[in-house]
Amino acid sequence: MSGSPPNESPLLDVRGVTLQYKTKEHLVTATFRVSFEVMRSERFVVLGPSGCGKSTLLKAIGGYLTPTEGEMRLKGQLITKPGPDRMMVFQEFDQLLPWKTVKENVKFALRASRRLAPREAEDRAQSYLAKVNLSKFLDSYPHTLSGGMKQRVAIARGMAMEPDILLMDEPFAALDALTRRKMQDELLQLWADTRFTVLFVTHSIPEAVKIGSRILLLSPHPGQVKAELNSVPPDDAAGARTLERNIHSMLFADEVEEEALNH
Amino acid sequence: MSAILPSTRPERDCELLDSASFGVIEKPIPAWERIWNRDWVRKLAIIVFLAVVWQLYSMWKANPLVFPSFIETIKAFYDTSRTGELPTRVVGSLKLLVGGYGIGLALAGILTILAITTRFGNDLLDTLTSMFNPLPAIALLPLALLWFGFGSGSIIFVTVHSVLWPVALNTHSGFRSVSNTLRMVGRNYGLTGFRYVFSILIPGAFPSILAGMKIGWAFAWRTLIAAELVYGANKGSGGLGWFIFENKNSLEIAAVFAGLLTVILIGLAVENLVFRVIENRTVKRWGMQA
Repeated sequence: MSGSPPNESPLLDVRGVTLQYKTKEHLVTATFRVSFEVMRSERFVVLGPSGCGKSTLLKAIGGYLTPTEGEMRLKGQLITKPGPDRMMVFQEFDQLLPWKTVKENVKFALRASRRLAPREAEDRAQSYLAKVNLSKFLDSYPHTLSGGMKQRVAIARGMAMEPDILLMDEPFAALDALTRRKMQDELLQLWADTRFTVLFVTHSIPEAVKIGSRILLLSPHPGQVKAELNSVPPDDAAGARTLERNIHSMLFADEVEEEALNH
Repeated sequence: MSAILPSTRPERDCELLDSASFGVIEKPIPAWERIWNRDWVRKLAIIVFLAVVWQLYSMWKANPLVFPSFIETIKAFYDTSRTGELPTRVVGSLKLLVGGYGIGLALAGILTILAITTRFGNDLLDTLTSMFNPLPAIALLPLALLWFGFGSGSIIFVTVHSVLWPVALNTHSGFRSVSNTLRMVGRNYGLTGFRYVFSILIPGAFPSILAGMKIGWAFAWRTLIAAELVYGANKGSGGLGWFIFENKNSLEIAAVFAGLLTVILIGLAVENLVFRVIENRTVKRWGMQA
């Protein structure tokens, strides 16, 4: 399928997952029998318009929701509850603990999950915060940082835990366009350094093409797999444009009015 | 068509000035403005103003039996302090207050932790607070006297009652308002049970908890003084409320005012020295409260 040898077992195996949640009046099906596999060191992007259940799907992989049908396995283990082997990076800026400094936020994650002793946690927090260029802000409190810096702390925290897979839920969606581009470049640079596995959810086609090595397209209401594509190398601008156009026509072939969703 | 569009205008490319050629980049604020910018200076000014108004009004009224002047009150304050009477009474009251407040906070903590961890605890707290929060503590005093007799037990009982419900109510609503993202973050670290409560929920709800503690403190004070006014006769060890009551009976009105002033001073001190410091070190530093 992708570039990996066919006999390699997937890191994350999502098989026939149907997710439903209840509002006061309705039982809503967010995704319907979604299946995909994520290989080690892949940059796997789940792309779809609003309402395709992509965030719900990510929360289920995070262990916050139980599927009504199907199963999800990480390294062969059934996912049943949240855990530090699947670190989440959320879209919201309030995901850092406001009562801890930047460094303490990263350290606390390592300590609370009982991954490292205090000394090692300190070292690792510093080294990952250096990777995201925040060495000058180790002792700042989150409320004094800009949105982009907060997201960098969250990414550093996620990576410092060295999880099996990093789950990112539209982490750059609330940032301004310039910061967003910069953060995308930084994320790719970090990936080039450490080759972590990341599952990235977005509704922006250009972002998916830029970030992803493999892209899963979901259709909305309820989310179903529409296609699974390989992305193009980061330096292939013309290829990226063609791919963006193709994805666009696949997602919006019969719904021209939803064009506004695409950035 | 081109008539509708604005005409093309020349583009601009400007040289930036060297920072040395700016006039003012940073200029110190004048001394008086810096002093006036301090909270305590402005608050002190208010207090001084009120004292002056008090003094002038009492001089105009000229009836020390009904309305002693500021200076007479201060004199009575000084005299009763020197004889050691007032300090003993204050210590007596504070002992009861700290006891009642402490027990109240502890019970509120237990109830709310129960309430957020179990559904039954939640129902229990909801029902109890809606039953007992509107019930004035003083209304329980006759019962307390029946159960605990004339003594500190009764006073502590009503003080606990006055602290427990408002603190529990605030703490509980604080816990419920901790953002969903923070909760998910805590669970992502694998935190559960008490570790989750102590490292995520309590700090996350701290602004509400602190507000509850302040309200509880004020309620405790009020209830205590009121209860002591009704009775405080624990032979010689009556508190501040009893001091006020006794002096009223012997028409030492200046001493009554001195007793009231002491209540106010302790309130001011606790608010500004204890709670303010906690606030500055926690919720303000964390940016959870402006």
